[in-house]
Amino acid sequence: MALDPGIVPEGRRTFMQEVIAATPGGDPHLELCLQCGTCGGSCPSGPDMDHTPRQLFAMIAAGMREDVLKSNTPWFCVSCYYCVVRCPQEIHITDIMYTLKRMAIEEGYYRESSAAEAPDFSETFIDFVEHYGRSFELGLATRYHLKHHPLGMLKMAGMGLNMLIKGRMDLKPTRIEHLDQLQAILQKAKELEGKD
Amino acid sequence: MPNRYAYYPGCSLEKNARAYHISTLYVAEKLGVALEEVPDWNCCGATEYFAIAALPAYALVARNLALAQGMDWNGGQRHLVAPCSACFLNLSKTDHYMADSPQLAAQVNEALAAGGLHYDPGAVFVHHLLDVIVDDVGYEKVQEMVTKPLFGLRVAPYYGCLVTRPDYKHIHNEPEHPFCLDDLLAALGATVIDYPVKTACCGGHMTQISEDTALELIRRLLKAAADYRADAIVALCPMCQLNLDGYQAQVNKHFGTDYHIPILYFTQVMGLAFGATPEEIGIGKEFVDARPVLNKIQEKPPEEGKKRRKKRRDKQALPMPELLRTHTGRK
Ligand code: SF4
Ligand code: SF4
Repeated sequence: MALDPGIVPEGRRTFMQEVIAATPGGDPHLELCLQCGTCGGSCPSGPDMDHTPRQLFAMIAAGMREDVLKSNTPWFCVSCYYCVVRCPQEIHITDIMYTLKRMAIEEGYYRESSAAEAPDFSETFIDFVEHYGRSFELGLATRYHLKHHPLGMLKMAGMGLNMLIKGRMDLKPTRIEHLDQLQAILQKAKELEGKD
Repeated sequence: MPNRYAYYPGCSLEKNARAYHISTLYVAEKLGVALEEVPDWNCCGATEYFAIAALPAYALVARNLALAQGMDWNGGQRHLVAPCSACFLNLSKTDHYMADSPQLAAQVNEALAAGGLHYDPGAVFVHHLLDVIVDDVGYEKVQEMVTKPLFGLRVAPYYGCLVTRPDYKHIHNEPEHPFCLDDLLAALGATVIDYPVKTACCGGHMTQISEDTALELIRRLLKAAADYRADAIVALCPMCQLNLDGYQAQVNKHFGTDYHIPILYFTQVMGLAFGATPEEIGIGKEFVDARPVLNKIQEKPPEEGKKRRKKRRDKQALPMPELLRTHTGRK
């Protein structure tokens, strides 16, 4: 079948459309990016990112799926919303960064970014939330750092010990009363999202 | 002021930010703000759950909104208050997006139904503790409660990110240059510095992902406070407090600096001005001990930096133009 140049065949979505569709909430306006660069100029993590948000959005428009999902940029987004309030096109930049993180995990590309450990931090965090209903700092710190920075553990242990001495860290997690209810809700949400 | 708020403390306030919790309850009691904890609330997912799965993340947050909606409100408007900026953001964002997207609302509610719950977008008005204090209570009422003004204490008001940005409810309308915390601290008698990085980012969870990135962001905040000779930085979020306080020693090691700037919660500073003992409001749990700077508080307001007369130049100034005052009738 001959393709009309510039027209996406039926049933196939551009990468841009996929990213937009995977960003729930109101319209994220991603296709309206006019490449002004305000986002990158406002970004506290900008200097450590492989691509500024502006560059990343040009790459999304160009359909450079792999390069986008291997970029460390979403993982270096600290969720500060500076770009969001400054963007002249009201693009939901922070939410799009979250979408790209999810896609990078799903497709495994995150392993090739310079922030390859970041997803594990998030996953360890939510693991405690799913099992107790509350987050658990000591568990998170020990499990995540033992796995990824065993040598840095000493430094962390110093800080952790201080937290314990100051009474700022629990030794065991707190469990909510209706944990089964929460788990049923999360299970259903996963099913609806087709993740289970 | 609403006669009651559903209180969502969030995981940090349970332990790491216990001082924030204690001082919040102290201040609320003094100001007659009735707080009732959301029964069996769960974690808001912080900045982590949204990175893994979208719908479960919204459903996790929405369970709390549904529980708050289900509290006994006697038919009155429902208000919820969170002292943690990240919790506040997640709760208000979920409410906002559910209202904006019927599709999201329907899916979240389908998930909630599996636990016998339901949330109507817009049913609960989500506040951060700061706006409850400055808007609902008001500066005047706060000032009435001040028994020990903080004269002589120089403070840096630090808002961080999520309270004034993205501000879905248009509460502040000042994403980058807010002044309400400045005004609140001034009402307590403190000397408030014009903190140039008041809404800069503390680095959030980057301390765990890329320490170099995080330490640089923390350094900037400490440096600006030191440059302006602030005795303390006043924060309104457990993450900001932990990053600035817990990582201060590491910043010093990393950059060869020597900062010793205590980081207090705004509710602790209010408590001090209301006459609380440091213990009553959790002072002493910081890594950088705040007690020494509290000795700076004086009985009297500092003399407004005595205006120094500028030395006039020897040379005669230009002559003033002649004033024609005929139309006033005065001669
Ligand atoms: S600020 Fe908005 S419009 Fe400008 S480059 Fe960034 S995303 Fe695009
Ligand atoms: S929200 Fe993320 S991308 Fe936007 S300025 Fe902040 S760190 Fe950068």
